[in-house]
Amino acid sequence: MKKRILGLAFAMALAGTALSGGAFAQETKTIGVSIPAADHGWTSGVVFHAERVAKLLMAEHPGLNVIVKTSPDAANQANAVQDLNTQGIDALVILPSDPDPLVNAIKEVKDKGKFVTIVDRAPSVNDDTIRDLYVAGNNPALGEVAGKYIAGKTPDAQVVVIRGLPIPIDQQRQDGFDKGIAGSNVKVLDRQFGNWNRDDAFKVMQDFLTKYQKIDVVWCQDDDMAVGVLQAIEQSGRKDIQYVVAGAGSKDMIKKVMDGDTMIPVDVLYPPAMVGTAMELTASALYDQVPVSGTYTLDATLVTKENAEKFYFPDSPF
Amino acid sequence: MTRGTMTNMTANGAKPARSIRNIDLGAVAPFIALALLLVLGAFAHPNFLSIDNLTNVLARSAFIAVIAVGATFVISSGGLDLSVGAMVAFVASVMILFLNSGAGGDPTMTLLAGVGIAVLVGAVCGLANGLVTTVGRIEPFIATLGAMGIYRGLTTWLSQGGAITLRDPAVQSLYRPAYFGTILGVPVPIVVIFVTAAIGAFVLYRTRYGRHVVAVGSNEDVARYSGIKVNRVRTIAYIIQGLCVAIAVLIYVPRLGSTSATTGILWELQAITAVVVGGTALRGGVGRIWGTICGAFILEIVGNIMLLSNVVSEYLLSAIQGAIIIIAMLVQRFLIRRP
Repeated sequence: MKKRILGLAFAMALAGTALSGGAFAQETKTIGVSIPAADHGWTSGVVFHAERVAKLLMAEHPGLNVIVKTSPDAANQANAVQDLNTQGIDALVILPSDPDPLVNAIKEVKDKGKFVTIVDRAPSVNDDTIRDLYVAGNNPALGEVAGKYIAGKTPDAQVVVIRGLPIPIDQQRQDGFDKGIAGSNVKVLDRQFGNWNRDDAFKVMQDFLTKYQKIDVVWCQDDDMAVGVLQAIEQSGRKDIQYVVAGAGSKDMIKKVMDGDTMIPVDVLYPPAMVGTAMELTASALYDQVPVSGTYTLDATLVTKENAEKFYFPDSPF
Repeated sequence: MTRGTMTNMTANGAKPARSIRNIDLGAVAPFIALALLLVLGAFAHPNFLSIDNLTNVLARSAFIAVIAVGATFVISSGGLDLSVGAMVAFVASVMILFLNSGAGGDPTMTLLAGVGIAVLVGAVCGLANGLVTTVGRIEPFIATLGAMGIYRGLTTWLSQGGAITLRDPAVQSLYRPAYFGTILGVPVPIVVIFVTAAIGAFVLYRTRYGRHVVAVGSNEDVARYSGIKVNRVRTIAYIIQGLCVAIAVLIYVPRLGSTSATTGILWELQAITAVVVGGTALRGGVGRIWGTICGAFILEIVGNIMLLSNVVSEYLLSAIQGAIIIIAMLVQRFLIRRP
């Protein structure tokens, strides 16, 4: 008898949980996603993936509303965050165009007790007073993976390096690269800035080809710049360059890796799709009661012919 | 017609020898600066004077040089065009999108139609700039700054923030020689520079329109009282600028076959610098086409020397480039002021 009552109580409790669980799923929730407007290849990829994952999440959770807002600069983005806050959101996913000027706007959301996820660019104070979750690519690893690959494949290579712009993440990538090639015979002949721009990379590569009689490998860290580099090499007719290592994961370069292009044997990932990672994790924080707070650093995955298909998005603008 | 030409004419009549020497020094100064740079470059790296390097550098300067020919007209007529860099990106994007659409049927027709469209869009962009500044009476600085935003924004929109890439391999292989090909051993872009400059020089120095441009630039009121249609002269100068942008696009597209929101960024400033280094007065009234070409070469060669030399830190490149440009200008001033 006693057992039966206990059993009944247990069953009721179970039913109760199931019921409340069901109600929980139908409850409407809103995730606000604030990202920079598409002003170059990588950010256009961010916009593409934010919209793609927003659709996926809304299909998965019927009561969920995901609002994606793009802003051309930090000031506009601060306004967009405030608007989202007024509209009423349960969580904010933000890839700040410039993190520090946006700290106050983000804090307002956080202080209301909402779940805040920052993507890619961290403010100077990046702790749980401003965000719950931080999702980012790994800049030092982007350099290190490229360096290790070159050191492994061509241990005596003479390498020219085309840098981005003189800003901290570029320096982190350079330091990572030096760490990657440390201990090998890989020699860096030269480093010059290509400004993450195809035309400038073309010029710099032409001049490198004039300056050095023998270049084995080019590390240009960025898929956009690789376009200019490849064109300069082709025009010179030089055969000494064995391959080029770029990075980011644009569809054109991933396609070359997939097709087994000998000049682009690999690509190093710094994927704009990381905004999707952040949105998925945020949604699971809202719905699945799994702990996700903390820092989530994506690997700078080496994309090779074998795994390239997983990272190929033919519909993406980037 | 204008005070400048009048004095020159009288001077020519009175003391021809001395006056010719005066004019020559001013016009020759950019070429002296260029020669000095070549010497400097020879010390910087043994390969600097190699044919390969020099043709690379001259070919690379083609975009700025051709745009700057147009800018010489606009500036010597007393105007300014800040929109040319964005215009390059916009015209090139429209052209590539058209080439990708394959609207012309077979590749040759598509390419010819694409060329026509680029020229047309360039001319219309120039016309728009011209009308806003003349009929709309907006300061050229502001009008073309606005136009810069419009063309840049349209490019970003057309590309959806990504890149616009020439897809059709048939068109690509057909079009590639327009940058990488040679005519009688001379790379096509270099031929384009000299042909464009020769036409520009002919129009500016040998036609009535050219004299009107200089007259309008040196004194608008006097030009108007002399019966010159000032607005028309200026508007046509902007159209010439648009056409020059289109020509630059025609050799830009075959190089990388692709545009993005960063295409042509700051090219307007490089073009204006080339014009001024070449001896054209920023306030208008003097135009030197060949000086402009020389200025464009100087800009490109300075960058080339910096990169080839091992002495200069990569962080200091822009500082040294800036310093060399200022020194080149000071040398010119010094040469011109000498009696």
